[in-house]
Amino acid sequence: MEFLMFRAQLAPRASDPLASTSFCGVFFSLLAVVVPGFAMSAQAQESPYIVTYDHYLEEPGSLEVEYFSTFGTQRAGNDFHAFWMEFEFGTTAWWTTEAYFDGQTTFNDSTIFTGFRVENRLRLLQREHLVNPVLYIEYEQTSAADKILKEVEGHDIESDYAPPNSVLRKEHDHELEMKLLLSSTLNGWNVALDPIATKNLSPTEPWEFAYAIGASRPLALKAKPNRCNFCPENVIAGVEMYGGLGDTQSFGLHDTSHYIAPVFAWNLPSDWTFRLSTGFGLNDNSHRLLLRWGLSREFSGFGAVLARLFGGRL
Amino acid sequence: MKTFFALPRPNGPIRMAAIGIVVFGIGVFGTGRVLAQSAPSKNSKSIYAVLEEAPEKTRAKKNPFAGDPEAEAAGGKLFEQHCAECHGKRAGGTMHGANLLRDEVQLAPPGTLFWVLTNGVVRRGMPVWSKLPEPQRWQIVTYLKSLTSPGKSPQ
Repeated sequence: MEFLMFRAQLAPRASDPLASTSFCGVFFSLLAVVVPGFAMSAQAQESPYIVTYDHYLEEPGSLEVEYFSTFGTQRAGNDFHAFWMEFEFGTTAWWTTEAYFDGQTTFNDSTIFTGFRVENRLRLLQREHLVNPVLYIEYEQTSAADKILKEVEGHDIESDYAPPNSVLRKEHDHELEMKLLLSSTLNGWNVALDPIATKNLSPTEPWEFAYAIGASRPLALKAKPNRCNFCPENVIAGVEMYGGLGDTQSFGLHDTSHYIAPVFAWNLPSDWTFRLSTGFGLNDNSHRLLLRWGLSREFSGFGAVLARLFGGRL
Repeated sequence: MKTFFALPRPNGPIRMAAIGIVVFGIGVFGTGRVLAQSAPSKNSKSIYAVLEEAPEKTRAKKNPFAGDPEAEAAGGKLFEQHCAECHGKRAGGTMHGANLLRDEVQLAPPGTLFWVLTNGVVRRGMPVWSKLPEPQRWQIVTYLKSLTSPGKSPQ
């Protein structure tokens, strides 16, 4: 009897439209297709990082639509495929705003929408320096079933993700996340370090800390004169590392998880960017493998369309 | 107190999605207002004044690709990919970006153009382009300098 009840918990509830695979599919497809439908495309030089941020913001007026997937292995539980869409908009040359919509499929369990995030990135200095700081402020409202692992914070460990979706989705988190993005580009190399502090808005929860660090470089620094898909300057390779640093009650590396991931971005002349990352857990608290990939496209002219809607002349 | 009608209370995920849509809508509305108010003012300082701000050290930098036709072609390709959206396909300027065929730009030392490209003009809407490796920025400078070079009419 108990087994039957457990099975019933695992199955998506028919009365909950957001719990169904078809709803998530339609939702994410609509977001991807409808929003950029009226803007032009433009090529940008996108970084290969998936977790780390460098100091480069979206070009003003451009909208970048991104889809990412994370396949993760899970000990003492089912493997999962988490996915999210990002809409990144360059409001000005010093301010980028972004919205995320997250979902996941846990194998032998269910597919669910797990929440949203809204973030702003503000460039603090007008010109380039050896180290360029950018302030990152994010509000997120997600359930504990969120598995995109966009950042690994505090004492987040693999076993947190093992319970079935029906259990995890009952817990909702409202969090404020702040990062100071410190990034430097020299001789073609970009090095970025992001210290992270997160506060669950529940008054009893402590501040949590984390880090992300990355380094990357294009395969060629000079551009070839012809337009080509496979030119080495279109490919950027690197590595990133990220993990938790505990919280205000127990700061440090104990009971934390950490990952290292070779990363790769291919900026196609047809305005698409493909990213690939294979993350490996560095201790027993980490998922053994986080295989991530992403596809993005930048649309210029979105801001001009938006401005005209509000009486501007751009 | 008697309640005459009551709205159905949405469950967790629907409430989350609704709040998400509202928050994103507010973001789009806000940015729309900002963009609508950010059209360049006629009284604002000339965009070309930024060329005077380049430090002496960077002005004196030599273009390693000066006169190299391959670099010029590569610079043209990069310009089309990254710059033409704002400065126009023929670099003649648009509402979003300066006319790069003007004397202020064409007569500026290559090091000055490289400096502007690297640092952007963030307060006026031009992003920094240091994400392009240094040789690619010099290739773009080579292309810009070729636009009005002797024996070549502006494209």
